Amino acid sequence: MSAPSSDVILRTERVGRSFGKFVALKDVSAEFRRGALTSIIGPNGAGKSTYFNLLSGSLAPSTGKVTFEGKDVTGLPQHRFAHLGIAKSFQITNVFPQLTVRENVRIAAQALKTRFDIWRPRAAMTEFIETADELLRTVGLWHRRGELASALAHGEQRALEIGMALASRPRLLLLDEPTAGMSPEETRTMMDLIVRLASERTVILVEHKMKLVMGICDRLLVLHHGELLAEGTPDEIRRNETVKRVYLGQREH
Amino acid sequence: MSAEFATSRMETAPASTGARLLDLAERHRVLLAGIFLLVFPLVLPFHALAIVILTYGLYALGFNLLFGYLGLLSFGHAALFGGGAYLCGISLVHFGAPWWLGILAGTLGGVLIATLIGSLAIRTRGIYFAMVTLALAQCVYYLFYQAVDWTGGENGLRLPSVTAISPFGIPLNFVDPLTRYYVVAAFVFASLFFLSRILASPFGAVIEGIRENEARARACGYDVTRTRLVAFVLSGAFCGLAGALQALHLAIVPVEMLAIETSGLAVMMCLLGGMGTFFGPFVGAAVFLILENLVSVYTVHWQLVVGVVFIVCVLFFPRGIWGSILHWSRR
Repeated sequence: MSAPSSDVILRTERVGRSFGKFVALKDVSAEFRRGALTSIIGPNGAGKSTYFNLLSGSLAPSTGKVTFEGKDVTGLPQHRFAHLGIAKSFQITNVFPQLTVRENVRIAAQALKTRFDIWRPRAAMTEFIETADELLRTVGLWHRRGELASALAHGEQRALEIGMALASRPRLLLLDEPTAGMSPEETRTMMDLIVRLASERTVILVEHKMKLVMGICDRLLVLHHGELLAEGTPDEIRRNETVKRVYLGQREH
Repeated sequence: MSAEFATSRMETAPASTGARLLDLAERHRVLLAGIFLLVFPLVLPFHALAIVILTYGLYALGFNLLFGYLGLLSFGHAALFGGGAYLCGISLVHFGAPWWLGILAGTLGGVLIATLIGSLAIRTRGIYFAMVTLALAQCVYYLFYQAVDWTGGENGLRLPSVTAISPFGIPLNFVDPLTRYYVVAAFVFASLFFLSRILASPFGAVIEGIRENEARARACGYDVTRTRLVAFVLSGAFCGLAGALQALHLAIVPVEMLAIETSGLAVMMCLLGGMGTFFGPFVGAAVFLILENLVSVYTVHWQLVVGVVFIVCVLFFPRGIWGSILHWSRR
């Protein structure tokens, strides 16, 4: 699972974000390697989600610059990111609840290839249905394709979301706490899925539980109080004194 | 492919006969609508009423595309309906246009006004969207109200009555109510066909997705603002066409067609019939207008009775009449 090259896919240069007077993130400069599975970790309130939202385009940074494959993407509207090759899953489950599981993924699959197409019947556009079915098999939901997304269990909805994110064939997949609120059983299934996905594309993962990602990721970014505390391989992070101090006294989950 | 999330239920349960019938109706909804439009004047022998049910139904259909399918509540649709009517009227009165050009002018008028109102209002949502569309529709009202030379001001715009038309070389007597009904019905049928295509298209899926979850639609790569504008403009085309047909039928465009009550009417008919359903707007328009005609025979306070019926419907059948029928038969 090691990165095939040290080629950088995503880079942030001194990005920061404040909300009013509150500084959520300050001057974070980092590079994400193509093909690697990188985890962003840190205690509660460390700025993980803010950083994630800057990477995925949900938020524009107050300061600094984000470049994807050498292209400046700072402040681009959210919907452009899917077109560039970046897909994300949300921290809070985010699907189309009153549509079927298959339709959820199908809508995601047609997103980059149709534009205000009001005439052709979508039932005849089989390529999107095929893509949807293939992705539903990948995330293990094919057997529930006919049900409303709202009828799925929590863990299944998270998996569905990942299926939708994959529909744009992203080169970079961003996952915000994909195991939040999951049972240990569901968590294990989800981690297996993530490892599988990471073998084929670059994945950046935000995770609150350090233990969970230590064994699977190539690199780690530790945030604390809105600043980058440490960066490196799991072994380096495990040995890092500053990180130890931050996590010390705080119960591991 | 090892990951299989634990589940007991496999496929959905087999459907009941009623549900299967409805699914069949849903699949052939345009054909069904065509048959209904053909026999409707036999069921309802008051042809003038049948015609307004179609024009208001078409107006409510345009509104429903935005409200029911995309989830945007506009309080300014009178500007699209009345604007279409006025532009049809103006083209006939001031430019001597033939009837079909009037219909085209009305439809394009709806598109134009929707583009103008839409591009300003579409950035807002919820109550702000409702208020901005309402305010802009009031602007349109005053614009037409003040332009007396063009619109007749508060007296409304009288149209030269169209007596004979010959679409595709077939001479028709437009004064005969039944003939007139079928001419209007032809346009309504075409609209229903067009709407059905829109709903079945990728675009139809996107607007439902945006209604369900805007943030997710955006993350999928959809330009939500542009999609909303396109839907608003399509809605304007339907409403403008409805207004033009109404103008030709009444041979006058009363200024009330642009008033706020007319905007409210679309909301009411849509809720009554069932928002987000294919036939709901027409069911709502029919129930509303038939009630109005029936009750006003007995009392001038017909609005009170219709109001009570509306409230009962909203409180106890929030899915609307058609929406409730669909829901019950699917259970």
